[in-house]
Amino acid sequence: MKHITKSISFLFLFLIFISQNVFSEEKKKLLNTDWSFKGYFGKFDRASLQRGYQVYAEVCASCHSISYLSYRNLAEEGGPEFSAEQAKAIAASFEVIDGPNDDGEMFTRPAKLSDKFVNPYQNDKEAMASNGGAYPPDLSVIVKARGGGADYIYSLLLGYDDPPSDTILDSGVYYNAYMYGNNIKMPKPLSDGQLEYYDGTEATEEQMAKDVTNFLAWAAEPHLEARHKIGFKVIIYLIIISILVYLSMRRLWSRIEPDV
Amino acid sequence: MSDHNYVPSTKLAKWFNDRLPLLSLSAHLREYPTPKNLNYWWTFGGILTFCLITQIVTGIVLAMHYVAHTDLAFASVEHIMRDVNYGWLLRYFHANGASMFFLAVYVHIFRALYYGSYKSPREVIWIIGMIIYFLMMMTAFMGYVLPWGQMSFWAATVITNLFSAVPLIGESITNWLWGGFAVDNPTLTRFYALHYLLPFLIFGLVILHIWALHVPGNNNPIGIELKKPSKDTVPFHPYIVIKDLFALLLFLIVFAFFVFYAPNILGHADNYIEANPMVTPNHIVPEWYLLPFYAILRSVPDKLLGVIAMFASIFVLVILPWLDTSKVKSAIFRPLYKQFYWILVLDVLVLGYMGAMPAEGTYLLIARVATTYYFVHFLIILPVLGKKEKTLPVPSSIMEPVLGGSPNPNTIKKKELYS
Repeated sequence: MKHITKSISFLFLFLIFISQNVFSEEKKKLLNTDWSFKGYFGKFDRASLQRGYQVYAEVCASCHSISYLSYRNLAEEGGPEFSAEQAKAIAASFEVIDGPNDDGEMFTRPAKLSDKFVNPYQNDKEAMASNGGAYPPDLSVIVKARGGGADYIYSLLLGYDDPPSDTILDSGVYYNAYMYGNNIKMPKPLSDGQLEYYDGTEATEEQMAKDVTNFLAWAAEPHLEARHKIGFKVIIYLIIISILVYLSMRRLWSRIEPDV
Repeated sequence: MSDHNYVPSTKLAKWFNDRLPLLSLSAHLREYPTPKNLNYWWTFGGILTFCLITQIVTGIVLAMHYVAHTDLAFASVEHIMRDVNYGWLLRYFHANGASMFFLAVYVHIFRALYYGSYKSPREVIWIIGMIIYFLMMMTAFMGYVLPWGQMSFWAATVITNLFSAVPLIGESITNWLWGGFAVDNPTLTRFYALHYLLPFLIFGLVILHIWALHVPGNNNPIGIELKKPSKDTVPFHPYIVIKDLFALLLFLIVFAFFVFYAPNILGHADNYIEANPMVTPNHIVPEWYLLPFYAILRSVPDKLLGVIAMFASIFVLVILPWLDTSKVKSAIFRPLYKQFYWILVLDVLVLGYMGAMPAEGTYLLIARVATTYYFVHFLIILPVLGKKEKTLPVPSSIMEPVLGGSPNPNTIKKKELYS
């Protein structure tokens, strides 16, 4: 029995240790925000996701693609959960190139739910040419592709500042406190009152940064809510069955040894 | 392998069993006499079998959706994560499963080191185990390349470039491995084919590993050879089966925690950036389970010697049964070896940490000391220790120390013998 308690307490400490690492904020003094999707029961804030989509569509989308997302995802469970009609209307506001038709011609048509998000540029070269040689990265998994995750993206969006007096920036380069090397080619994207939220929320810089980061976190991990929900059930199930198996084991071994 | 007389109960079963003795095999597996004093460190063999099967099953389903092409691989992984039903679950199980597999294999190996399970008559089990371990590393490395992220690409570049250190034919070897003049589509497709093939080789070797185990039977915490079957043994089923199952369930709780709540913590953020041969990441690091070897590789200033040192660090393990000259198996009865054992554990952990750090300054110095000590442990300390060490008296059966017959009960804690 002694070593069972020992191993279980070890396991427990281990989980606590790991979870502190996982759910605690990055060490590098990134900005802090309470993300609703962190923690064992973490869920996305629907209203924030919908606002975040608005920020993405009105601000980011002019340069950044998000090519692994489809319009149908906007109406799916665990996401922004726009109604099917809203998602259809959003899709229809974009044009996609389709074809060839029976005459061998390519044609444009309004996007459908099944289409991927339309890219702002035809190809990478055009994207680079339009942005002073810097390629605006695809945002589909950007939250998972940066150390620090959501906190980092949030901090970066709010990290624009005047450069220290001894720093001379090249033209087309901006100073950002959280960017690697502090030089970033993206101009400051957000400023107070830049857009008007449909739900009437005041569009402060922090609010927009938080909403769009929420949206990008969902885009990177669209099944996060299902994962948390299933994970909790799985772990509870495993704990219960472990106890039952432990009791049967004690009983079986009592024929031979009192102590397993 | 059969020291029992199994007679099938029905005529049909007897007819079949005379032609293919599967029923005898099954009876052997059930009755297999196992030392009754095995502790929980011995449950990792079963856990490892589970890990291998999980990796194969999830891997086959992932292979149904994955596309091995440099233009499509990254997108196909995202397709699995987003559009395949429970694809995210399969992929996170498979990716974290690799880490769990290595976690378990390290416990398994260090258990063998502590209790001297590699010594006569179990050298062949140990060597097969080391081949399995080596194949596991190759499989894991090639699997890491498949998502075609930045770390995938650059890890493949760094590791395949190691072979260019071979004098004269080095460059030809790397070109042959790549199927071209750089890591590219031919490299990806062959890694995919081999990543699919190797687990089945591992599976075959696992069967040999278990077969070789069933000839002499299990070692045990006291490290004495037992009379089998006897009062010191229990039938494998149900006693060991249920104990292994209980340990597996505890292991699965940790496993599930990673899969559901920290699926990316053991990976590297850069691997969510699609591979780009034009951009080199700031730090190229392998997965955590390969870090000690990476540290050894980088601590030698010469490229060729570094590669040799890295392979030698595995090879010394293969010849370990002949390096350790002590007749006494278990560290319980080897007071000095026990201390050196824990220093080795610490040394390997230090190497792992240094493998994750940049190879410069103090880090490099510590890595060099740790690398040297690693080889000193196996090549100097162990052979000398076997001759010089004054070991404690070993009991003649498992029951003996419990019955109070141990010659020196004060020096050996009962708990330790019998846990």
